Amino acid sequence: MAAKREQEPITMDTFLSGIWRENPVFVMLLGMCPVLAVTNTTENALAMGLATTFVLVCSTGLVSILRDFIPKEVRIASYIVIIASFVTVVDYAIQAISLDIYNALGAFIQLIVANCMILGRAEAFASRKPLGKTLIDALGVGAGFTLALLCLGTVRELLGAGEILGIQVFADSFEPWVIMLLPPGGFFVLAGWLLLFAWIKERQNKRAAAGKEATADGR
Amino acid sequence: MSEAAQSQQVAPTPTSSLRLIGTLGVIALFAGLLVVSVVEWTRPIIAENHERALQQAVFDVIPGATQRRDFVLTDEGPVPKEDAQERGPIIHAGYTEDGALAGVALEASGRGYADVIRILYGYDPSCACIVGMSVLESQETPGLGDRIETDPDFLGSIEGLDASLNEDGTGLKHGIRTVDPGEREDPGDIDGITGATVSAEAIGDMLHRSADERLPQLQGHWSELERNE
Amino acid sequence: MDADSLSYIFLNAAIINNFVLALFLGICPILGVSGKLGTAFPMGVASAFVMLIASLAAYGINIVLGYFELEFLSLIAYIAVIASAVQLVEMVVKKFSPPLYRALGIFLPLITTNCAILGVALFQTSYEYDFLQSVTYSLGAGAGFILAIVLMAGLREQVDLADVPSVARGAAMSLMLAGVLSLAFMGFAGLGG
Repeated sequence: MAAKREQEPITMDTFLSGIWRENPVFVMLLGMCPVLAVTNTTENALAMGLATTFVLVCSTGLVSILRDFIPKEVRIASYIVIIASFVTVVDYAIQAISLDIYNALGAFIQLIVANCMILGRAEAFASRKPLGKTLIDALGVGAGFTLALLCLGTVRELLGAGEILGIQVFADSFEPWVIMLLPPGGFFVLAGWLLLFAWIKERQNKRAAAGKEATADGR
Repeated sequence: MSEAAQSQQVAPTPTSSLRLIGTLGVIALFAGLLVVSVVEWTRPIIAENHERALQQAVFDVIPGATQRRDFVLTDEGPVPKEDAQERGPIIHAGYTEDGALAGVALEASGRGYADVIRILYGYDPSCACIVGMSVLESQETPGLGDRIETDPDFLGSIEGLDASLNEDGTGLKHGIRTVDPGEREDPGDIDGITGATVSAEAIGDMLHRSADERLPQLQGHWSELERNE
Repeated sequence: MDADSLSYIFLNAAIINNFVLALFLGICPILGVSGKLGTAFPMGVASAFVMLIASLAAYGINIVLGYFELEFLSLIAYIAVIASAVQLVEMVVKKFSPPLYRALGIFLPLITTNCAILGVALFQTSYEYDFLQSVTYSLGAGAGFILAIVLMAGLREQVDLADVPSVARGAAMSLMLAGVLSLAFMGFAGLGG
């Protein structure tokens, strides 16, 4: 009995779902710890997003290549070891690239290994799909994650220091809202974004429901 | 019995332990190789980064310094770091263009408002005073506690701060402490920062503790630091 | 209070620099499980227990790896130990309280990815604590985690009964609660000083 090979085309859809529909932070609420901790400046947010995307792409890529080779019983342990290795690689790479960024991100680089998003992706997607599709998906999820981090980072840096990427945006008379740079600010800004998305979604649902009613009436 | 029913009744055979261990072993081996190669490759780059950062910090706190040598402080006095046999506090000596000793940079740390603060401060033996201070690590509140890094009056009052020793050379003649801004009386007083009292006091406190302990230890050994090859 | 004293280390880990509300570690399980007080408390205790094991193991791992100058393998070693400890806890809970096992569901194995546990191992290494300090630190961290998760659970139970606008229900509300709690905990800074 010949097995039917999956011949689904690699579509833009796979990439985009990671950014919007299945955004790891805003929709699935994964990987929260770095989201709140390293988004006090836009630069940190960007660095964290890129580092995590790198680990995500490399780890899921390797898992996808080895997916027929790893027995079911030890798969979680294997994924964890693979992810931890790439995180260690990123840790040393960042130290070599920029000590300033390394000091700013601190322990959160190594904490990428505890990011549920990566393990979840490896388990749910990479272990079943071929390499190409896995990489596209990883890039999409990574992009979504980085985008979410940037959403938080820019707002917090703007309100908390009047700057973006260290460039002053507001006039000197702007009194910075320091709390935005501190832990409570992280919680509030993320809650704010979630509120915004929930509100958008509700409006979309209302419109869709109103549209259906109109069509039903029109008949 | 049809083939489908038969395959439904046969349970999938569990993977052999050998296969499990083998897989984990291969993955561990791969992980090890990957990590080791990256670490080895980046090690010199990282060391260079640290060296550059330290160099910059030392030159920041010792005005006029363009060259640096590190010493380890032992019971017999400072020993060049390359020759040191034992571990001890590090003394960074800064020299001018012509090789004269411009001052030494010492590390100090203590608890601030949020967490531990680490600083590097410069001391010039020719004036027996502190010539500069740079914050290496701090988690102080941005906009409030972190003003210890930027407040001009605070930093200005640290430069030129009297750190001369008392008559028997066992400690500072005037203790170093942070006072309310504008209320300096003794030569060892630092202008504090309104709104960052705890952080500013922490700096004064750690400067005092470090200078009180290290400067007597360096007493009488300054000539050993003079030369710069 | 001396910065190196055991009482300060405990206070610091539990309250002043609370892992959840100040350091942002361990948020995922808090958001996922803290809906009910009855599941939140055992979850907190299980996580605290794994923290203690992780701390002890990290201390030992550091000694061994330091001896062989293989410090860069520390991350892989920590996470391997944490994963094994969580497996152990899972089996124990399954055996002694199947209803609790079902209630906690996927969040029990997810303790492995609880940043707070790995955080304990990483921070105690960077602070270079000795054995007694490490144990105190992890106990403090565990206590702080339990405190945070129980507070959140209690608040969420109350909020569930209130009239929350539909856009804010769920995660957004929990995050705002966490934000207010975090704000309150900031008042502890400088405690014991």
